[in-house]
Amino acid sequence: MTTSMKITIASGKGGTGKSMVAANLAWAISQSDRVTLVDCDVEEPNLHLFFPPDDPESTDVQVLIPAFDNSRCTLCGDCAGFCAFGALVVAKDRVLFFPEHCHSCGGCALVCPADAITEIQRPIGTVTTRDLSAHLSLVTGTLNEGEVLGVKVIQEAKRRAEKPGWMICDASPGTSCPVVETLHGSDFCLLITESTPFGLHDLELAYSVTSHLDVPVGVVINRSDGKDEEVRRFCNERGIPVLATIPFDRWIASVQGSGDLISRVDPTWKERFIALGGACRSSVGGT
Amino acid sequence: MKICIPSRGPDIQDLVDERFGRAPYFIIHDTESKMTEAHVNSAAGAMGGVGPKAAQFLLNQGVDSLVTERVGGNALEALKAGGIMVLLYEEKGSTVADAITAFLKGNLKEQ
Ligand code: SF4
Ligand code: SF4
Repeated sequence: MTTSMKITIASGKGGTGKSMVAANLAWAISQSDRVTLVDCDVEEPNLHLFFPPDDPESTDVQVLIPAFDNSRCTLCGDCAGFCAFGALVVAKDRVLFFPEHCHSCGGCALVCPADAITEIQRPIGTVTTRDLSAHLSLVTGTLNEGEVLGVKVIQEAKRRAEKPGWMICDASPGTSCPVVETLHGSDFCLLITESTPFGLHDLELAYSVTSHLDVPVGVVINRSDGKDEEVRRFCNERGIPVLATIPFDRWIASVQGSGDLISRVDPTWKERFIALGGACRSSVGGT
Repeated sequence: MKICIPSRGPDIQDLVDERFGRAPYFIIHDTESKMTEAHVNSAAGAMGGVGPKAAQFLLNQGVDSLVTERVGGNALEALKAGGIMVLLYEEKGSTVADAITAFLKGNLKEQ
């Protein structure tokens, strides 16, 4: 029977090795189960770099934006007065529209008393699907430069990734809206941290988001120098399981540096990542 | 003629705020009637689009010139489309009264 399990990989800040864990976990599990890996770090997607280069097909992610019919517009100002995002300014002779501020709420078209606004499509990013093996696909969301609606691209990437099997989402670093959007619908979240005081602070922030959203979590300590007491104490006090510890190690760094995966190169690491997947599944009561 | 100066406070002795869209107050001075009014910038703390919102406010108030240290691209476009002249005033630590005086002397450069 195929497992159905959605995991988000998150961390309170960048550079903790979140993508490395996501890619290794996905690759290891895909040796025996169907996995879709989703790159939700849409401002800087990087998971494809762990896999051989290819030439995948992308499709546009579109949002609706207003278009103005100047012959009908009476310059009444209602649309700009309504827009909470400052995307519209009604000047003396026309309506100015700043697309990068528009959140596609559609409100301006509704409030316009002169029927001068229609909604049209505008591309803000892309979603790319790569079939990396019979059991592993990678869906990458990419937000176009200068755009703000990353959450729309994340929604669309997750929608396209909806297949039986495991879904592993790599969130963007930090604790902002895109992370919340990525976590939405997840059964479990793996929080990646480092064993430094800063790492602990960021872990606390990330944990406050997941507990707010009621998503159960486990912690992976990456680049551990062996002095993990603080992180472990924090986890113990809150009943958060520490599911894996990855040591600070030259060999690991060099494998990653060459764009490879430790689980692909070393069977021991493959087993460890498979076990990590199993631990995530049992944490949410699966078998 | 109505001029607007982004300000840290509601009084002409308050300091000029260098951020147009994020300034807590807009002081509007009428050079003919010599009347001065302070308006709270209700969009100062908004998440985004503060420049265009501030520009819309000035357009609605019938302001003719904005005296400011900095203005963003979108706000500038909106102000120009609305026929508002943007004059640069870069004296650090000045009060609104200083800015009005500088405007009246007529030696501010247009952006
Ligand atoms: S759709 Fe919404 S956000 Fe976009 S311009 Fe209209 S009111 Fe503003
Ligand atoms: S609400 Fe409609 S009529 Fe009024 S200014 Fe906007 S587009 Fe023009």
